[in-house]
Amino acid sequence: MRRLPTREELAARIAEDIPEGAVVNLGIGAPTLVANFIPEGREIIFHTENGMLGMGPAPSARRLDPDLINAGKQPVTERAGAAYFHHADSFAMMRGGHLDLCVLGAFQVSENGDLANWSTGQPGAVPAVGGAMDLAVGAKEVYVMTDLFARSGEPKLVNTCSYPLTAPRCVKRIYTDHAIFDVTRHGFRVREIFGGLSPHDLEARTGLKLHD
Amino acid sequence: MISKIRTNIRDAVAHIPDGATVMIGGFGRAGQPIELIDALIEHGVRDLTIVSNNAGSGDTGIAALLAAGRVRKVVCSFPRQSDSWVFDRLYRAGEVELELVPQGNLAERIRAAGAGIGAFFSPTGVGTELAAGKEHRAIGEREYVLEYPIHADAALISALHADRYGNLVYRKTGRNFGPIMATAATITIAQVDTCVELGALDPESIVTAGIFVDHVVAVGERSWLADGRFVGGTDPTGITLPLSTKEIC
Repeated sequence: MRRLPTREELAARIAEDIPEGAVVNLGIGAPTLVANFIPEGREIIFHTENGMLGMGPAPSARRLDPDLINAGKQPVTERAGAAYFHHADSFAMMRGGHLDLCVLGAFQVSENGDLANWSTGQPGAVPAVGGAMDLAVGAKEVYVMTDLFARSGEPKLVNTCSYPLTAPRCVKRIYTDHAIFDVTRHGFRVREIFGGLSPHDLEARTGLKLHD
Repeated sequence: MISKIRTNIRDAVAHIPDGATVMIGGFGRAGQPIELIDALIEHGVRDLTIVSNNAGSGDTGIAALLAAGRVRKVVCSFPRQSDSWVFDRLYRAGEVELELVPQGNLAERIRAAGAGIGAFFSPTGVGTELAAGKEHRAIGEREYVLEYPIHADAALISALHADRYGNLVYRKTGRNFGPIMATAATITIAQVDTCVELGALDPESIVTAGIFVDHVVAVGERSWLADGRFVGGTDPTGITLPLSTKEIC
């Protein structure tokens, strides 16, 4: 892709990488979009931490059921084969290592895979963590979907997170609007570049040492 | 004859004292026992510690309890929402204390209390400021943090149907914290749409066994059901379409 992907295109790119049969949790916000782009014929089971496996897409307004919501408290639907369970079971699915993959948003990811996505640490802000820490430590693989640069222009991929951590050393891959990065023992490795930047350009703009 | 069914909702909450720790079921508005919370407000208790996933939304339920000045402390995982203005105001004014707990640790601490577990080691929170000052232990290859159970004096939960033994079935994601909170409180009070005859609930389908429930109050069928069938039509909870993508990216 020679231009930068839209958020939907990035969601579709992530969806392509989710294997048949995976049980997946999508974080609140942009990662939710991934569910809309699962390739035809691929069977993926979506987990929502408020207590459901087999979550389906948003309903029509007429079918909106206040008892059937996702972790972002938005209305969803149930697919054939869906199951409901209480919160302790739902988080046992994460912590117990039963969940194949989660896709989360991020404020920052460091080159050793530390994730910061729950608090900017600003004084006076009302803190809220939800299930982010449980997902980050529990899912077998943690992918992040994020813009490479914050609105301030600061890169979100960093040497060391300055925001409060969600969990240390948990992120495996980051899908950004400029490139896909893997977290390796040596730091970030560029997996795929969108748009016209070279790896060298990416290094210059992020201040990071990137590996091939 | 055993019967946990109470006809007066105020009687059901009448024994909750000032200073009590009260668990309140629900995830957002789904499964939140609004009528029981209203009865608690009317009952007049104060200085409560509330244990719930959220800290209220809009002006009803937990938000109304907060607005009435009855809550000293909230133990929850996610107080900040687009419509949590009541909690936000009280928190910023220093009028309510907050203990922020990762959602899975919150659930497991409640479960542990109900199961008679003294404490447990969780991997969630390790290396973060929410585990600061807590006992850590390496078990095998992994680092864990010690978490203690959360007991409550009372749990207010919402389910779909009950029988007179207090057996409960829930509806969809409205189940959330109900089954574990029911186990973790000295007194568990369940509001249900309707009470059914003993034997009418399929024993294989009962989610909360009556042993965990002390009082049951029928509050009438939720407005999006008619004789047990989903009819939709109204949006009494204010949840909106379409999916929002603006929160974290």
